[in-house]
Amino acid sequence: MKADEKFTYETWPAAPEKQTLDGKNKFLGFWLFLGGETVLFATLFATYLALKDRVPNSDHYLAKDLFEIPLVFVMTMLLLTSSLTSVYAMYHMKNFNFKKMQLWLGITVLLGLAFLGFEVYEFNHYVHEYHHTFTSSAFGTAFYTLVGFHGAHVAFGLAWIITLMVRNAKRGLDLYTAPKFYVASLYWHFIDVVWVFIFTVVYLMGMVG
Amino acid sequence: MSTYAQKKGVGAVLWDYLTTVDHKKIAILYLIAGGFFFLVGGLEAMFIRIQLAVPGNDFVSAGVYNEILTMHGTTMIFLAAMPLIFAFMNAVMPLQIGARDVAFPFLNSLGFWLFFFGGVFLNLSWFLGGAPDAGWTSYASLSLASEGHGIDFYVLGLQISGAGTLIGGINFLVTIINMRAPGMTYMRMPLFTWTTFVTSALILFAFPPLTVALFLMLFDRLFGGNFFNPDMGGNTIIWEHLFWIFGHPEVYILVLPAFGIFSEIFAIFSRKRLFGYSSMVFATVLIGFLGFMVWAHHMFTTGLGPIANAIFSVATMAIAVPTGIKIFNWLFTMWGGSIKFTTPMLYAIAFIPTFTMGGVTGVMLASAAQDYQFHDSYFVVAHFHYVIVGGVVFALLGGLHLYWPKMFGTMLNEALGKITFWLFLIGFHLTFFIQHFLGLMGMPRRIFTFNSGQGFDMANMVSTVGAFFMAVATIVLLINIVMTIAKNEKVGGDPWGDGRTLEWALPSPPPFYNFKQLPLVRGLDAFWIEKMEGNKEMTPAEPIGDIHMPNNSFVPFVISLGLFIAAFGAMYHNEHSWGIPVLIIGMLVVFGSMFFRSVKDDHGYHIHKEELMDDDKGGKA
Repeated sequence: MKADEKFTYETWPAAPEKQTLDGKNKFLGFWLFLGGETVLFATLFATYLALKDRVPNSDHYLAKDLFEIPLVFVMTMLLLTSSLTSVYAMYHMKNFNFKKMQLWLGITVLLGLAFLGFEVYEFNHYVHEYHHTFTSSAFGTAFYTLVGFHGAHVAFGLAWIITLMVRNAKRGLDLYTAPKFYVASLYWHFIDVVWVFIFTVVYLMGMVG
Repeated sequence: MSTYAQKKGVGAVLWDYLTTVDHKKIAILYLIAGGFFFLVGGLEAMFIRIQLAVPGNDFVSAGVYNEILTMHGTTMIFLAAMPLIFAFMNAVMPLQIGARDVAFPFLNSLGFWLFFFGGVFLNLSWFLGGAPDAGWTSYASLSLASEGHGIDFYVLGLQISGAGTLIGGINFLVTIINMRAPGMTYMRMPLFTWTTFVTSALILFAFPPLTVALFLMLFDRLFGGNFFNPDMGGNTIIWEHLFWIFGHPEVYILVLPAFGIFSEIFAIFSRKRLFGYSSMVFATVLIGFLGFMVWAHHMFTTGLGPIANAIFSVATMAIAVPTGIKIFNWLFTMWGGSIKFTTPMLYAIAFIPTFTMGGVTGVMLASAAQDYQFHDSYFVVAHFHYVIVGGVVFALLGGLHLYWPKMFGTMLNEALGKITFWLFLIGFHLTFFIQHFLGLMGMPRRIFTFNSGQGFDMANMVSTVGAFFMAVATIVLLINIVMTIAKNEKVGGDPWGDGRTLEWALPSPPPFYNFKQLPLVRGLDAFWIEKMEGNKEMTPAEPIGDIHMPNNSFVPFVISLGLFIAAFGAMYHNEHSWGIPVLIIGMLVVFGSMFFRSVKDDHGYHIHKEELMDDDKGGKA
């Protein structure tokens, strides 16, 4: 089966992302990569928990003074919704509806961008209002490293999805492009799952002291 | 007509290797680069032994000694042992499972170039203000106090080469899961493939903690972070945990493939099926699993408390059980076999008592109470050289002789090979056996000199003499390699005459597409089964058809070069204004080439059926 074969709605297979050997390899390889990423974030979480509220003296703000639920709640909702919209995109991918897939991916990107905007605002707020910076304390370093790593993943994911959308805008779906979209959406889900943990471990547990 | 048979100029060959995505050529690249770093690390070892030959020596200064010691360990683990193991994995594993290539040929090439540029970056420290000097473990309190850029070279160099290793691990996992030939079930995979599989899984889960640890160190040293600075609320023990959560599985990442190579050697040269195949597989997986449960046995004296120490102590001792299973299986494989004492077999036989001694001292060290006595003494140095040289280096040397014909189509000289073996074996035990007693007598490790009159003089001199034996052995090996290349006497597909697994069913070296027709695997030791039924080659599982191949690519080299440039920018940004721009340029090169790779289609090409048939008529080997 050739990767660039043309398809119609009727001939489009049920699992187009795993139809070719290349697709199968990409699918499995990416899942394994996400396993490694899980360990990476687990390590960052452990470091953060070890250094939470560790500051040089009592002039520094602690987690319970810094975080505000409304802002973080909005961010969480934005990212969770973007995960849902990427599911819609994959639904249309599986149904060979390229235009709708692009539309939902576009919405996913907008939600992701909004999330990043809020995160920039949030960091800026902590730095200027609370003097909670990367270098001010071990707590600060650990906080910005963990949340910043996640933010960098979001930014990379956005660049990736936008590149895919633009590159394949004219070409549409075939067995060569389907695994690319599918794997990018897996990445996006992973980022979302990590945020769920950040929301719980950093923000919710931070609020209660 | 086929292009690969044409004569090529030096430039064309070089370009071919810079852009290759063929696992067999990447294996040769790993072998050359890993071999080079092995010599560098060996030279550093010689400097260590010369400095310690006599008390009060001033061959090198205390500061330079620290640098040599650090670089010896770091180079040997990350830049010699790992890539040499990757060389054999790349050369052999795809052939053993009957695959035409690995799952991700492009990433395979990227993995190599990342490792290579990381290694070069690390070693440039010698010429740019001094090498790292905090030991290969680079504990945070030492590292943060280290002046100059030595530690930064360590952090950035290992970060780049570690990324390459992780990519390699994922690649091998997917290859083994998805690309086995028809009939090659999991429980028919050769042991070397199994150990590659488990090792790759260990790499996947052990390298991310190292990545994070190196990032934390990078942030602390170069970007004002406070992870390990107690004055700012930091905690230096975090480094120890993260380093050893990586570092202990790393030991098994090194030694499991060594076990795999020995399992192949024992079966081939005892001319007998490997004894207890399924228990070998089980023991391999169990060692891989337990390898993650024992990291704190490196930290018994850190002060984690008696409960933590007891748990990690027991878990560590448990690893002796699956390892013992393996040792007995190898012995039973030889039992009743028709043994041929070839060079690889000599290494395998010598490995058993040597490694067992390292294992016994390992169990001694696993007992936390005893460890308080042994900690940071030469006893520990003796222990880990017995497992890493007696296990890993013996396997690499044995594997080099075993697989040389498969990689290059010629045989290393057996007489010289045996001379190398005996010199190396004697030199090794002379160097390290006596270090057990030095340790028990109280000589601490990582000291640049010692005073006479403590009873250390004689033993240190003996140890140094042993090191020279190993150096001579290495020189004989190099002579052997040069002579073999100069003579260039080609051998057939199964030069040892007793090959059991699929790689020996192919010509040496195999054609670039490996298998013209994928083989049908009918059981464990697939080629042996065919031989026993009087067949000269494997039964094909498919008719001859077009073969799809990937195109060469220069992008992996450029991506790695970009990271190399970016690392310089990151390192010098505090004292030079060009630092940040260079960092940005380097990262732009990285992301730019990733972007290029992403948007430019590369579907590869097909070798047509007719060309494959033509090759047959040409009477090619």
